[in-house]
Amino acid sequence: MELVDVSKQYATADGPLRALERVSLSIAEGEFVSIVGPSGCGKSTLMLIAAGLVPPSAGSVHVGGREVHGPYGNVGVVFQDATLYEWRRVLDNVLLPAQIQGLDLERARTRARELLELVGLGGFESKYPFQLSGGMRQRVALCRALVHDPALLLMDEPFGALDALTRDQMNLELQALWQAHRKTVLFITHSISEAVLLSDRVIVMSPRPGRIGASIDIRLPRPRTLDFEDTPEFGRYAREIRSLFQSWGLLKAGA
Amino acid sequence: MKRVAVYVYPLATLVGILAVWELASRLGEIPRYILPAPSGIAARFYALHALIVKESLFTLEATLLGFGLSVLIGVPLGMALVSSRAFNRAVYPLLIGSQVVPKVAVAPVFLVWFGFGLLSKVMITFLIAFFPILISAVVGLQSTELEKLYVARAAGASELQLFRLVRLPHALPSIFGGMKVSITLAVVGALVGEFVAAENGIGRVLLSASGNMDTELLFAGIFALVVIGVVLFLLMEVLERLVLPWHISYRPSKETL
Repeated sequence: MELVDVSKQYATADGPLRALERVSLSIAEGEFVSIVGPSGCGKSTLMLIAAGLVPPSAGSVHVGGREVHGPYGNVGVVFQDATLYEWRRVLDNVLLPAQIQGLDLERARTRARELLELVGLGGFESKYPFQLSGGMRQRVALCRALVHDPALLLMDEPFGALDALTRDQMNLELQALWQAHRKTVLFITHSISEAVLLSDRVIVMSPRPGRIGASIDIRLPRPRTLDFEDTPEFGRYAREIRSLFQSWGLLKAGA
Repeated sequence: MKRVAVYVYPLATLVGILAVWELASRLGEIPRYILPAPSGIAARFYALHALIVKESLFTLEATLLGFGLSVLIGVPLGMALVSSRAFNRAVYPLLIGSQVVPKVAVAPVFLVWFGFGLLSKVMITFLIAFFPILISAVVGLQSTELEKLYVARAAGASELQLFRLVRLPHALPSIFGGMKVSITLAVVGALVGEFVAAENGIGRVLLSASGNMDTELLFAGIFALVVIGVVLFLLMEVLERLVLPWHISYRPSKETL
């Protein structure tokens, strides 16, 4: 997946708002890339553009070597809010992309069950979303993003609304899922430790207009456990990212 | 226990009111033709129950046909208004504005257009019952969260699929809300239709009872209308629970009130 010189402006009452400025980004197949940045740096917009849901004002989006000009289907998306369809049972929620794409529903159903099993939701197939906890809903959303076996997985602060404990757990599950399926992942977060824990590469975005401030390769072995967050290497990466935020005045050093 | 209390309190109030009413008309000076006693109304209802049931069925027929027409036209029209910007701009303001016209005033016009009988009754019912369904369909269809659409669109959904798989099911609770308002209005519509343009139905019973100063029959007729209204409303509730099993649970349970 590749973004070339992507810019985005929104027209507002106070004149044009520059959300993104000449963002170029290339993610290799099977690579896990995180974007961290302060709120309002346009990282959510970036994800919508990458999914083909919002057209860029300038620049282009390429997936699998081809330029895309709209939704292209070969992608799974997860938002901060699980955005499950309340009227569909868990299994039917997971099946929606397969249904939209007219895939063989019997096979999709088998795959959906496997995915649900993998995230510990076996036996919950016929529950309605309101019967699930926040973490469970987000697991369902994750299964839904994977059911049609897309090449690309785009996640916008998927665990941002969960409590810290559930969030740690979800990070581990996501890592396991990713190691099993090796999707190309673009993961947007405002948590530095989450980004370092999960990623092959962390991209740090500067405040508005959003620009890429730095790209940091995370060379840590996998699978990474939560204990990893206490190691000096992990701390070094986290400090490196934090110091970037400090240099932009977003965090006060020593305060 | 609380569950029982939900029914006991209003029921006790109702029994109390009936008792005071009964006592007042037995002891007091109020003539029977002004305010008959509940027992007298009940006796009259029982004596004429064959007639009341028969005429109620006519009213029910017009109510259901008018309501059905409201759903069949209101929901698709709501869809069209949400789907086409141009159509919306051209028609929606006029539809809203048309609500200023007192609908009952149009009833005599319908008598001229559709003649004496069922068709006029149904059209008047439709006129009165249709608007809440249209508005609730428009509101429901327009209120889909953007991210729910994004998820489906990212998977490659066509506009038709978005509509069928996301917008419409999302709008159903709102549409049902409109249908519950509409079904009670439909009874009013059928009644107005009978006042103006029919020779049968409870509306006719009321008019002739009024002409004869038969106040007991008047109240018996009103009671029949109440029964029709309550039964239809409860049927809508049951239907809603069957169609939207996932939605009921959103409501605060009665235990917590």
